[in-house]
Amino acid sequence: MGGIPHDHYEPETRGEKWLDRRLPIVGLLYNTLMIPTPKNLNWMWIFGVVLVFCLMMQIATGILLAMHYTPHVDMAFASVEHIMRNVNGGWALRYIHQNGASLFFLAVYLHIFRGLYYGSYKAPREVTWIIGMLIYVLMMGTAFMGYVLPWGQMSFWGATVITGLFGAIPFIGEGIQTWLLGGPAVDNATLNRFLSLHFLLPFIILGLVIVHIWAFHTTGNNNPTGVEVRRTSKKEAEADTLPFWPYFVIKDLFALAVILVIFFAVVGFMPNFLGHPDNYIEANPMVTPPYIVPEWYFLPFYAILRAFDGEVWIVIAADFLTAGIVDAKFFGVIAMFGAILVMALAPWLDTSSVRSGRYRPMFKWWFWLLVVDFVVLTWVGARPAEAPYSYISLVASAYWFAYFLVILPLLGVIEKPLPLPETIEDEFNEHYGSDHGASGSGSASASTPAE
Amino acid sequence: MFRTLAISAAAALALSTGGASAAGGEITVENYDFSFQGPFGTFDQDQLQRGLQVYTEVCAACHGLQYVPLRALADEGGIGWTMDEVRAYIDQNFIEVYDDDLADWRAAIPNDNFPVNDSVGAPDLSLMAKARTGFFGPRGTAIYPLIYGLGGPEYIASLLTHYTGVEYEEFGTILYGNETMQGGRISMAPPLWDDSVTYADGTSATVDQMAQDVASFLMWTAEPHMMARKQFGLVAVIILGIFSVLLYLTNKRLWAPVKARAKGTTPPE
Repeated sequence: MGGIPHDHYEPETRGEKWLDRRLPIVGLLYNTLMIPTPKNLNWMWIFGVVLVFCLMMQIATGILLAMHYTPHVDMAFASVEHIMRNVNGGWALRYIHQNGASLFFLAVYLHIFRGLYYGSYKAPREVTWIIGMLIYVLMMGTAFMGYVLPWGQMSFWGATVITGLFGAIPFIGEGIQTWLLGGPAVDNATLNRFLSLHFLLPFIILGLVIVHIWAFHTTGNNNPTGVEVRRTSKKEAEADTLPFWPYFVIKDLFALAVILVIFFAVVGFMPNFLGHPDNYIEANPMVTPPYIVPEWYFLPFYAILRAFDGEVWIVIAADFLTAGIVDAKFFGVIAMFGAILVMALAPWLDTSSVRSGRYRPMFKWWFWLLVVDFVVLTWVGARPAEAPYSYISLVASAYWFAYFLVILPLLGVIEKPLPLPETIEDEFNEHYGSDHGASGSGSASASTPAE
Repeated sequence: MFRTLAISAAAALALSTGGASAAGGEITVENYDFSFQGPFGTFDQDQLQRGLQVYTEVCAACHGLQYVPLRALADEGGIGWTMDEVRAYIDQNFIEVYDDDLADWRAAIPNDNFPVNDSVGAPDLSLMAKARTGFFGPRGTAIYPLIYGLGGPEYIASLLTHYTGVEYEEFGTILYGNETMQGGRISMAPPLWDDSVTYADGTSATVDQMAQDVASFLMWTAEPHMMARKQFGLVAVIILGIFSVLLYLTNKRLWAPVKARAKGTTPPE
């Protein structure tokens, strides 16, 4: 795997040999589980396993919930209450599923920002990154459709607003919106197809997760130094890596257990903290809530959507130049999807040859500003669209785009990176306090210039 | 111990958690001290029974509880009646439900839900304690709800006790001044006055007492399995906590030789 020299599975018994000749599945599992993993991975590398766990948990609880749920506008809300009150442990299933979505997104954001900081998206891991972005987009679709199913006020009006975004596409938008909804407005047809897709998409995500893992098992993991594992000899590879089992499995499971302590505290003691109270009011097409707010994990992009209103000069210019085809509403939609697109294009926008942000003195500042920017966008996305929040969201949205489209390309040119450690082993030994690296492979300390 | 949290509309405007629907002015929600608050709080069974009495004798005239099964009154961790007491409650209050098969009204049985009541357009109360929040902010940060809780039952109790006594006529309808209601006016006349009900357990039926009792009861109708949920949370946290410690020790032991080698304290192979 990853071109990193390591031991391969050798079938020993007659039975193993018999199976291996017909289906080398044991070898596949062995190689997957024993993949040589850079031994310097830090705690930001735990979220992959957390995310796989989240997906499994959501699928398991979701299948059970689907057994008791009724996708009909007259019965959906009552059937959720039936789950909460009458189904054995139904309240636990639903609260785990509902808060599980939040854990899922929290973990995916940490996972993405880890990738952005340590340059995990850079060659040769672009495909891993792109597949990850696809998974993220599908997650958003799945979460959005899942939120519609309880058929509360926020479900209904959230669905109305978000599907309305497609209606903003010039010429064909209305047709697309009608096609998505299965009618002129959010109604029974919408609820039915949303359940169907909410059930389907997680399995597509599962498939993509397997491809995502396959992709980074082909290239090998990135690591906090961004320095590649030495592939020159098995001995050197082994000095840089440890097998995934047991070293990283146990480490990741420990981290997962700690995260689940917090997760189950939320489920047990404050399960509605992350929800919206209006979703305990049955959907009513006649009554519009004063403020329609999406779930917290959509807020950054919702803020970008709302930031570009008809008073922003770039929106006015776009409107003028396209003779009104790109109006403020459509501009906002382009900005929202564009915000994800520029992130997906990071591998080609970042011109720096150094992967890890650890060795990029200027990049660090811009990166942490992006993290702050993301938090600000999350916050401002839930505030009313009026001054001063409209200005804050505009500035924050502009920075999001500037980071990917201007800062990343420029930094690679003007920044002078710090010296890189020569090998992962050196960095690891340095970190654990040895000046004379224990193994025989030239213990150059991290201060040795990489050039 | 009440703390009055007067929350300005600006601060009250929605956040991901607990979005408020403020239109203007301030809303007043008192931070009542309910027995079921916090990770270890439990419902006060006597209070729930008093609250049920207030609901039955006062609220039920206009409000329904359509999602709450009558048999739930016999559930553990709630009202805690016996099934016979539930049947007696149905008989004494002449609770009837509309039966689609009979195409007629009939006496309820414990497996029926509380009746729907939309006779005057009053909202159903089954989920009211979760459909309203009393605490938000400040400035969209969700710190207050984290500290004080979401404040659903506090909102209900405050609403019932914060009538201003002023009446307004709008388009021929009388509205009543209320400091908790968004916009300051509510179409529900003040429903409670001292001794509206006579409590069997001798508790003095002040407006404040009844408001808190019925708010408590409505928290139970909204979250009937709250006790089981908290216990589940506690058990899960303890078990996973133990797991975490064991995995931490396992991990430490597993990595010890690797780190020792990095320190150069043991020769590499």
